[in-house]
Amino acid sequence: MLYREAGQFKATYAEDMAIFPIRQDRIALGILLGIAFIGVPLLVTFHIWPFASEYLLWAILLPFLILALAAIGANILVGYCGQISLGSGAFMAIGAYSAYKLGTGVHIPLVWLGFAISIPPLPVLSSILLGGLTAAVVGILFGIPSLRIKGLYLAVATLAAQFFFDWVFLRVPWFTNYAPSGSVNAPELNFFGLIVRTPIERYLLCLIFVTVFAVLAKNLVRGNLGRQWMAIRDMDIAAELIGIRPLYAKLTAFAVSSFIIGVAGALWAFVYLGSWEPLAFSIDRSLQLLFMVIIGGLGSIMGSFVGAAFILILPIMLNLIPSELGVPLSTETITHLEFIIFGSLICYLLIKEPHGFARLISIGKEKLRLWPFPY
Amino acid sequence: MIGLGQFLEVLIGGLMSGVLYSLVALGFVLIFKASGVFNFAQGAMVLLAGLALVRSLDLLVTWGFPLWAAIILGIGFAAVIMAITAWLIERFVIGPLVNQDALTLFMSTIGVTFILEGAAQMIFGSDAYPLRLFPTDAWFLFENLFPGGILLNKLDVWGGFIAGILVASLAIFFERTKTGRALRAVADDHLAAQSVGIPISWIWFVVWLAAGLVALVAATVWGTKLGVQFSITFLALKALPVLIIGGLTSIPGAIVGGFIVGAGEKIAEVFLGSHIGGGIEYWFAYVLALAVLLVRPQGLFGERIIERI
Repeated sequence: MLYREAGQFKATYAEDMAIFPIRQDRIALGILLGIAFIGVPLLVTFHIWPFASEYLLWAILLPFLILALAAIGANILVGYCGQISLGSGAFMAIGAYSAYKLGTGVHIPLVWLGFAISIPPLPVLSSILLGGLTAAVVGILFGIPSLRIKGLYLAVATLAAQFFFDWVFLRVPWFTNYAPSGSVNAPELNFFGLIVRTPIERYLLCLIFVTVFAVLAKNLVRGNLGRQWMAIRDMDIAAELIGIRPLYAKLTAFAVSSFIIGVAGALWAFVYLGSWEPLAFSIDRSLQLLFMVIIGGLGSIMGSFVGAAFILILPIMLNLIPSELGVPLSTETITHLEFIIFGSLICYLLIKEPHGFARLISIGKEKLRLWPFPY
Repeated sequence: MIGLGQFLEVLIGGLMSGVLYSLVALGFVLIFKASGVFNFAQGAMVLLAGLALVRSLDLLVTWGFPLWAAIILGIGFAAVIMAITAWLIERFVIGPLVNQDALTLFMSTIGVTFILEGAAQMIFGSDAYPLRLFPTDAWFLFENLFPGGILLNKLDVWGGFIAGILVASLAIFFERTKTGRALRAVADDHLAAQSVGIPISWIWFVVWLAAGLVALVAATVWGTKLGVQFSITFLALKALPVLIIGGLTSIPGAIVGGFIVGAGEKIAEVFLGSHIGGGIEYWFAYVLALAVLLVRPQGLFGERIIERI
């Protein structure tokens, strides 16, 4: 009834190739963006439920946006290009720390050459983007082995990146500006004179980043490059035979994915954490991102959002529901239950629905299009 | 200046911890050989086996069993738990995923890892438990040859001994018994093995059971050294580079790889780490594995990967 596309004719190629060819989709997206950009700030300003306290904004929406961005990055590599990566956390860390170094000024004393490289502190926006760029360069370096090795072997190679960078940021004091505790503070978030401080400003900042990158990523995977990635994922030898260069396709996937993950890492550190230490980007973070991608949907931008939301909300639900029902669980039990539920869900989804929640949603949409006559 | 004695001590210590890595790596190799599944859950299985053993031991001792009986019963109980786990995994995860590609199977074992970690800690508790099955005091060797002698941990010797027995029995099992031959047939080709009447689900159960028992052995040795606790699963991640270096399908490869990683990282830590900040043990094995991958993707003993177009 509501979701019928009868009467929507596509008269031009541009209409035929639009991201959202169906009017209802466009309206739904418009409403969603409207709520995100206008509704939430209004509710927060007037302290209306559920935004009466800052909990929802600070503990759910902000991490959701940033982790969804990182999940988009991971999805490009794992879901679209089929190169499994257990090192996403490391690339987040690279983004965060290089943004930090650029934001506070880089000084490399080259004593044996007799001079020093000094870069003055850069503005926040450029240091975040350059942090992403650094992550992209490192991503390409660690992507080079993917030309010789595949699948499981590559997973170990990315794990090498994870452990190596965990160590680098923990043990090399240059990266933390010689902070004695090893934890660093983000510079002031000054965007062209606008200083981002309150939670709602932080939220809007992340929202802008996520919207821009999601649109870019969506267009990228629909285009030439995305099709090359998917061809490599589905069957690399066949892709090579029809003229796709595996070198170029795989390395671009590594670069784009690491760039987005790096930007997400910089945002996570600057906007969400404020001050952080290497533990924030450990292997747990990598696995968490991988789960978001698997549960949300391999090879789907929307799936990245759904997966991120699910992984963030499930622990909170596990906290709330039993205590509402009068059977409070201990925090330990909740952590273990979380483990078990995530694990079971991954197994279940891999067996029953390899494309995750995103696929379930599109099945639902397909059914709505035909409803109430299923044929 | 570092003397020969100290070098030997570091080398021997490294080789001995390498034995422990090999023990976990063996579990990986068994499963990979027989089913083509890269089993990320091996570390979680070590945790489960260790927790089952140590908790049942504690309980049996408080019930008044003599220690030797408690040990036997405890090991039996842990073995039963591993058998149940193997059956559950085969029945509910790996069985339905038959004929899927290797990556899907790999990701499903990540799921299994989380289920096992959560369940093991929920059932058996999540503290650190001490386990005392082997002597852990040290011997000093060649005291007249080097100043101070060479320190050698008795536990490491026990570990090496047990690993030797384990490898020998696994080799006999794979080469001589009917099930062993069936295992190798399944590893070569699922479909062909099924069509000559090999019950594939039974074979997979046997494989996961064997991996579970290897995990139990690893847990007894490691648990004695470090106590049974959650961090054991992270140490098991060390087994991945061991596998890459040794080759995914080779039991001797797992042993040699373990030696290389164990000795390599200890030597690197002592002689290189002091110059660049310490703690490089953490990633040295992985970077070594990366180097091996670039030169020889199949590892030292692995089967050559041949791809046809």
